[in-house]
Amino acid sequence: MNDALHAHELLSFDEVVAGYTSPVVGPVSFEVGPGEIVGLSGPNGSGKSTILRAITGQSRIFAGEVRRMQRLRITHQWQRPELPPELALLARELYALTGADPDSAPEHLRSLMSLPLNRLSGGQFQMIQSMACLNAPVDLVLMDEPTNNLDGRALELLSQMLKTKAPSKSVLLVSHEKAFLQDHCTRFVEMDA
Amino acid sequence: MSEWPLFDPIFRIPFFTGLLLTVSLSLIGAWLRMRNEWLAALGLSHMAAAGGIAAAVLHIPPLAGAFTATGLATCARVALPRVGNSHYGIMMLAGWSFTFIMGSYMDHGFVVAETLVRGQLYFTYAPHLLGALVLFAVLLALVSWLSPKLLTARFFPDYHQANRIPVWPYATAYHALVMAATVLGTISMGAFPAFALLFIPSWIGFVLVDGWNRSLRLSVCIGVTAYIISFALAMMVDLPFGPVLTAMLVCMSSLRLLTALRRQSTPVSGDELQRNYLPPATEKFRSR
Repeated sequence: MNDALHAHELLSFDEVVAGYTSPVVGPVSFEVGPGEIVGLSGPNGSGKSTILRAITGQSRIFAGEVRRMQRLRITHQWQRPELPPELALLARELYALTGADPDSAPEHLRSLMSLPLNRLSGGQFQMIQSMACLNAPVDLVLMDEPTNNLDGRALELLSQMLKTKAPSKSVLLVSHEKAFLQDHCTRFVEMDA
Repeated sequence: MSEWPLFDPIFRIPFFTGLLLTVSLSLIGAWLRMRNEWLAALGLSHMAAAGGIAAAVLHIPPLAGAFTATGLATCARVALPRVGNSHYGIMMLAGWSFTFIMGSYMDHGFVVAETLVRGQLYFTYAPHLLGALVLFAVLLALVSWLSPKLLTARFFPDYHQANRIPVWPYATAYHALVMAATVLGTISMGAFPAFALLFIPSWIGFVLVDGWNRSLRLSVCIGVTAYIISFALAMMVDLPFGPVLTAMLVCMSSLRLLTALRRQSTPVSGDELQRNYLPPATEKFRSR
C-alpha cells in the first residue's frame, strides 16, 4: 500500500487484484472521498468482503495499488459477527472498544447498553457493532452486509444513522440489497461474479 | 513443626506459590475463554509436563525443560494458520503420551510423571515462588493495558492492523503470559489442577455477573476461594492436593445454576427490548 494520494481522497484502488492464497477479485479501481458513502454491490462470491479486507490488510494484494491517506483511521464492521454464548462484556463496553462514546449512542439503543452480550439477540449484537463502528472517531467506516439479521425497525435505525453521520466521515458499504444501497450511497462500484 | 500442619513454616512457600499462581491462572483463564482458546491451556499444560519429565531424564532443571517444550508449542500455535481445538487436543495427547513414555526411562519416572500430570504442591521451592511472584507482578502491571487490546482484537479482528497499530507487542505479551502461567502452574501444581484453574473460575464468573472487570474479579475470587479451601482440606484430611483442588472447582461450577435465579430476578424478554430500543418501523426497505 502507498500513502501518496490526491488531497481530496481518503482511499483509492488502482487496478487491484486481491485474494488469499490465490486471487479472488479484480482488477478493481475506485476511490473514496471525504464524506462519501460508496456502495460495493455484486453477487455472492464476487469478492466484496475481500476488497474490504484488502484495505485492512487481512487479504493479500496480488497486483495494483491501494493508496490511503496518511494516518487514515478505520473501523470495520464484519459480516456475520459471532455472538459469544457466554461473556460478561456489556454492550456499553463493546461499544467503547472502537473509541466510540457509549453516551452518544442513539437514544433507542441506550436501553441495550447495560446488558451483557449474552442477553442480546444476533440482530441486536450486530446493531451495537455497526453503531460502534459508525460512531467511532475515524475517517472511514467499512460496513460488510450491515443489513443482514436486522428487522424492519433496526433497518430504519441503521438508515437514520447513515443519513446523520458526521459530514466528514466516509463509508464503504457492502450490501446485496440494492434498494438499501440506492437510498444511502453517493455512488456505486458494481462487481462481477 | 506446629501442631496444625497448615501453619507449619515448611508449607509457607508452597502455599504462597500456589496462591499467587491461582490469581494469575484464574485471570489468564478469562482471556483464554474470551478468545475461545480455553482448550489450549490443556494442550500447553501437558506439553509443559512432557518438557518437565524430559528435563528430569536429561538431568537439567524441570522448569527449563517445561519452558522449552511449551515455548515450542506456543511458537507452533502462533505460526500455524487456523489453529483450533483439534490442534490443542493433539497437543494434549502428545504431551500426555510423551510424559509417561519418558517417565519409563528413569528411576521412579512413572511416579514423577504421574505427579506432574495429576498434581502436587508440597515440593515447591524458592525458584517456584520467585517465578510465581514475577508472573503475578507482570500480570498486574499489564492487565489494564492488555485486556482492552485483546477484547478489541476479539470483536474487531482487524482494527489494529487496519489502523497500523502494531499487533506484536500485545500478542507477544499475551502468549508469553499464557506460556509462563501454564509452565509454572504445571510444574508447581500439576497439569490438570493448572488446567482446572484456567478453565473453571471464568466459566462460572462469566455467567454470574455483568461487566468485564467484575467478571475478572469474580473469577479470581472463585479461584482463590477454591484454592484456600482445597489447601486446608488436603492437609487436614491428608489427601492429594491436585485432585482435591480440581474436585473443589468442579463442585463450585454448580454456582452456575445461580444464573437461573438472576434471570428470574431481572426478566427482560426479546420482545420487551425490541419495544424499548427501536422506533416504530416503517418497513421501508422490506417492501421493496
